[in-house]
Amino acid sequence: MSSVADRVTAGPGAAGPGGRPTAKAARTRGRGQRGPLASLGLHGGLALTAIVAVFPILWIAYISLGPGVDDFLHPGGIAHKASLSNYSYVLFHTDFFTWFANSMIVGAGTMFFGVLLAATAGYAVSRMRFPGHRQLMWTFLVTQMFPVSVLLVPLYNIMSQLDLLDSYQGLIIIYCSTAVPFCAFMMKGYFDTIPVEIDEAGRIDGLSPFGVFWRLIVPLARPGLAVAAFYSFLTAWGEVAYASVFMLSSDKYTLSVGIQTFVSQYNQQWNLMAAMAVLVAIPAALVFYLVQKHLVTGLTSGGTKG
Amino acid sequence: MTVAVEGGAVEKRLPRAPRRGPVARMKQSYDRYWYAWAMAAPVVLVLGLVVLYPLGRGIYLSLTNATSLNVGRTIGVNHIPNSYSWVGLHNYEQILSGADHEFWPHVWWTLVWTVACVALTYSLGLGLALLINRQLRGRTFYRVLLVLPWAVPTFVTMFSWRLLLADNGLVNSALSGLGLGAPGWLSDPTWQRVAAIGVNTWVGFPFMMVSLLGGMQAIPSELYEAAEMDGATPWQRFRYVTLPGLRPVSNTVILLSVIWTFNQFNVIDLMFGYGSSDSVQILVTYAYQLFFNQQPQDYANSAAYGVIILSMLIVFASVYRRWLKRNEQQVGI
Repeated sequence: MSSVADRVTAGPGAAGPGGRPTAKAARTRGRGQRGPLASLGLHGGLALTAIVAVFPILWIAYISLGPGVDDFLHPGGIAHKASLSNYSYVLFHTDFFTWFANSMIVGAGTMFFGVLLAATAGYAVSRMRFPGHRQLMWTFLVTQMFPVSVLLVPLYNIMSQLDLLDSYQGLIIIYCSTAVPFCAFMMKGYFDTIPVEIDEAGRIDGLSPFGVFWRLIVPLARPGLAVAAFYSFLTAWGEVAYASVFMLSSDKYTLSVGIQTFVSQYNQQWNLMAAMAVLVAIPAALVFYLVQKHLVTGLTSGGTKG
Repeated sequence: MTVAVEGGAVEKRLPRAPRRGPVARMKQSYDRYWYAWAMAAPVVLVLGLVVLYPLGRGIYLSLTNATSLNVGRTIGVNHIPNSYSWVGLHNYEQILSGADHEFWPHVWWTLVWTVACVALTYSLGLGLALLINRQLRGRTFYRVLLVLPWAVPTFVTMFSWRLLLADNGLVNSALSGLGLGAPGWLSDPTWQRVAAIGVNTWVGFPFMMVSLLGGMQAIPSELYEAAEMDGATPWQRFRYVTLPGLRPVSNTVILLSVIWTFNQFNVIDLMFGYGSSDSVQILVTYAYQLFFNQQPQDYANSAAYGVIILSMLIVFASVYRRWLKRNEQQVGI
């Protein structure tokens, strides 16, 4: 009995303001309550998985505090001499900022073209039944399946013929090959959630199909566009295989390639690598966290209604 | 709601069309659909340029004996022309007949890897989504922590796993502290495979969890209330309400996850980068190594592997979609 009372009083605090808390609390009660043992199991299970999920990330952050090259071998000693010297070294004595800028350029370029091209196609596929519509949707899915190695060789040859190896344009073009269909796929899912009646109303009011898209749908789809933008950016940010083949000189490396120079066969500067890893991971994780929920909606609705 | 904004009248007008010639019909079709095509055109153009054209060239290369030595290139001012030759299906025969002793072992391992990873990430994701889809204190907090493996770029976390799984790393210290021995996660072929599957499960479960959680929240609570009124046990509610309700989401995430796992490059390549045994390489990374990690670079075989991988995935996706369609008709959802 006391546990029911507890839950009811705890309800509003846990579930936020408004009318919902009482309804929720009532439902929880109706569905049978959790005993203290079940609560312990629930929290224990979640806490354990959460620790496993977070630990490797914390570990590399911890290693990054050890100033010596060999500190990663004796992690116990790091606690006594933790410092930020690795960070200052990475920031001021390596090519970090060059690589960071390269990643930004390539990521922003991919994002720009990815969203620009994908939005119109996603809208066309979502709203209009035109000949070739099905094939286009199928193409978007198939390009998801392209393994690195299918396009790697021919793209390498083409890029070298066009003198685009070791250039931003080349890498952006390559990333577009995955980002554009993926974004189109996601945008289609997002446009599907916007009622068709809006389009119809716009048409009745005398807008052209492009006018409807540009004046009505794009403003409504802004969250979806943002997600597609962030996602194509993050894909470029984390890509390794193409970047390490196509970027040849160290002043063109992206972060994912640059970071590997610290830990090569001949060179094992795990402390610097760890510091750089943290610097790379924090902004990416923040951005990712902001978009993650919408990302899934876009993905799964695009797939199920395709 | 798949009502076409403009296409509604198409079916009605079709009977009149046969009287016109093909040119007139094309014109009519152009008049009706030109803006749809105009909107799709940029993407089609880009896909044609960066996907279809390279794909065509890749298929062509896979039918030759091209390596980095006989492909035309420009060194300074000298241009060396192509000198590779057409060999027809020779590469495919070599690969598929097992003459290179690499293909079939890699196929089996890739299949085991894909099935194991997808099954593990799916069950783990489902379990965690069920746990977190309740009223519980600290729910958001747990969710943030559990999403982190997906949020941090894999090229960062793989290095961390390399440190953790090294011979004298934390995992082995802990294991030997418990008296369980210290397997060579990064050197012994069998343990490499176990480590690869484990780490990829770690990388992949958040996507499953978040997707399935989204799917669960979309199931109307009336269904649960009705089931409860009928006296359904928690297991029955899960079996007959939650699982069927999750089916559309599950179908999609399993398809995507199979594709992504089959092509998972980062985990394997970065974790076992240097001096990894061949046995842990899946088809994709093996094909990459043919291109990247040997001299001369074997363009032709790498391309042939790529084409084979792509064909396998396309066959899988078509069969899967057909199977879904048939099942849905039978179940009648």
